[in-house]
Amino acid sequence: MGIFKKRVNDFPTPWTFTKAVKEGAVETKLSMLLMGFGNIVHGQVIKGLIYLAVEVAYIVFMAVNGVHFLGMLGSLGTEPQREIWDEANQVYIYTKGDQSILILLYGVATVLLTLLMIWAWKGAVKSAYKAECLQKEGRHVNNFREDLKSLLHENLHRLLMTPPMVFIFLFTILPLIFMICMAFTNYSKIDNHLMLFDWVGLDNFAALFDSSSILGSTFWSVLGWTLVWAFFATFSNYICGMILSIMINRKGTRAKGFWRFCFVLTCAVPMFVSLLIMRTMLQPEGAVNVLLRNLGLIAQDASLPFFTDPTWARVTVIVINVWVGVPYTLLQLTGVLQNIPGELYEAAKVDGANAFQTFTKITLPYMLYVTTPYLITTFTGNVNNFNVIYLLSGGDPVTDLSSTAGKTDLLVTWLYKLTIDKQYYNIGAVIGILTFVILAIGALFTYRNSKSYKEEGGF
Amino acid sequence: MAAQKKYHSAKRRKFINNTIVHIVLGVLACIWVFPILWVILTSFRAEQGSYVSTFFPKSYTIDNYIRLFTDTTILNFPKMFMNTLIIAIFSCIISAFYVLAVSYCLSRLRFKLRKPYMNMAMILGLFPGFMSMVAVYFILKAIGLTEGNLIRVALILCYSGGAGLGFQIAKGFFDTIPIAVDEAALLDGCTRWQIFSKITLPLSKPIIVYTVLTAFMSPWLDFIFARVICRANSDQFTVALGLWQMLDMEYIDSWYTCFAAGAVLISIPIAILFLIMQRFYVDGMSGAVKG
Repeated sequence: MGIFKKRVNDFPTPWTFTKAVKEGAVETKLSMLLMGFGNIVHGQVIKGLIYLAVEVAYIVFMAVNGVHFLGMLGSLGTEPQREIWDEANQVYIYTKGDQSILILLYGVATVLLTLLMIWAWKGAVKSAYKAECLQKEGRHVNNFREDLKSLLHENLHRLLMTPPMVFIFLFTILPLIFMICMAFTNYSKIDNHLMLFDWVGLDNFAALFDSSSILGSTFWSVLGWTLVWAFFATFSNYICGMILSIMINRKGTRAKGFWRFCFVLTCAVPMFVSLLIMRTMLQPEGAVNVLLRNLGLIAQDASLPFFTDPTWARVTVIVINVWVGVPYTLLQLTGVLQNIPGELYEAAKVDGANAFQTFTKITLPYMLYVTTPYLITTFTGNVNNFNVIYLLSGGDPVTDLSSTAGKTDLLVTWLYKLTIDKQYYNIGAVIGILTFVILAIGALFTYRNSKSYKEEGGF
Repeated sequence: MAAQKKYHSAKRRKFINNTIVHIVLGVLACIWVFPILWVILTSFRAEQGSYVSTFFPKSYTIDNYIRLFTDTTILNFPKMFMNTLIIAIFSCIISAFYVLAVSYCLSRLRFKLRKPYMNMAMILGLFPGFMSMVAVYFILKAIGLTEGNLIRVALILCYSGGAGLGFQIAKGFFDTIPIAVDEAALLDGCTRWQIFSKITLPLSKPIIVYTVLTAFMSPWLDFIFARVICRANSDQFTVALGLWQMLDMEYIDSWYTCFAAGAVLISIPIAILFLIMQRFYVDGMSGAVKG
């Protein structure tokens, strides 16, 4: 896998950080202390001043808040909220206690900011060294206006990638790190740790893996069901979608457009709407049971236990997922199916293969070969498929009242219940991390063993 | 004679096969269309309540639609509609720009952070989407965006926050534009920005439409983010939350038919958008797989 290979630098530059430290002139070395000094000496005044301003801003921030935030990170706050009798006004007033969650958030943000600062600092030293070298060689040193102009040309990626990166950083990476930190604390409603909490190391992981406790046994059963669900949901959709697509696209079928429209219509309806409709239809008094009663298939007062019996509920969610997902699969696979070389089918026909043999010997291997990456993403998506389960069954039925998860709960819906409903934030974070680990192992493993990885561009 | 017989039997078998396939397709199509038909019927149903004894309504009315827009005392549907529209427009502009910019950079420009960025996107994609959602809520709260009208800003930021990670389809599309076009423009003295804005973008109308529409649709379809961020601020609810609310135990009996009406109303524009996009969806997909 590419990630673990030693990275070869495709973009060699003569102005590296180590070289700057070793061979740089005095002003370059001074810019390690006073960012931008080198730039100013070599005529890039505005650039140098910006670097300097960044440094000053960082130092001021650290002096005012940052050091305090970092210091608190170790204990996560100790001062609880207190109730004090105010004699003068004859009321109880509350002192402002420490809020561990904010301390943790600010602490993590400060750490990330410091990392960013180190990166900017390296950039400043490199830039100073570059300016020094260029001037020594008698080449042109860009002034600020030219630097700005280069953003539209050779440095366009900086201009275009920076704003999205800032957003990703703020709304994806920072929260993720914050959440991962939570997994190592006792931030939960248990023992009333919602305001003040502490680091507890790996205790939460131990609690979850301890299969004798109620939490541990729930975890293993939910994990088992998640994998079963992801497997069936992925492959049932894949196979059904493929068969349907073949049926619509075969030579003899009339009105291809009409059939496709019928199925595509359902994915034009927003998914949460169709799921909510399905849920109400499958209630004990819902449309499906009414229809079955009217047709005389079940007794007048009977109803099929779609979401009340564990096995029924599990089968129901998988079947409904087929209903929801097949149109999408149809859309996606049609194009790929039409790319299968026609000669293969002609050859099979000459050799006397029947429809089933053609499917298993030609269509399926070809599709598996081409769509392995797609299958992996679908599988991942299904493990994290919050919508279908939450909106359909809500994880019900709950058979064991002492456990926090129902029989159709996936890891993600359980995570949601634990964090939003129960406020066991730490356990929720642990489950999130474990989901990631399972998915990452699975994705790496299947990807490495897939044909399309081993022999790129074959078949 | 024998050959003719064989020809006939082959023809007959083909006819039988075709008939079977058509019947199966017909049955399947009924199963797929049935719930949609049912919700349309329900939206015109005069009897209230979610439990009915017949499949077809006893009498028809359009009161459900009228009530949806006039009865704003408990569930203010017009307001929710406006909320969602505002959020959708802004987040659509931001995220469409981000997606196009990032995919163009990854497809055409070669820079040091390109590979690391793509790997990072893959890794981040493996985390459960809303694992970070609770944390996002705390961050927004710390900035002070979780009260009153600022919730809209918070939701806009949420929906466009991860936009830079969804570059795959657009990148697959940009990859198919011949690189020779760029080279010719470079020789003529264009800057990279000019190539992006004056050559690549005009050539990529399908993918721009696709990106804009998907970005526009997501606030209408998303349910979880809105729920976590809005909490109990019912005046800031989006349409999805409002419809969910109508199926709540308290409201379901009086609001069920209105729910159906609301569902039909937001399905119509989305269905139209979807049918427009369908072409690009398939194209983008096969491009991505091939790439």
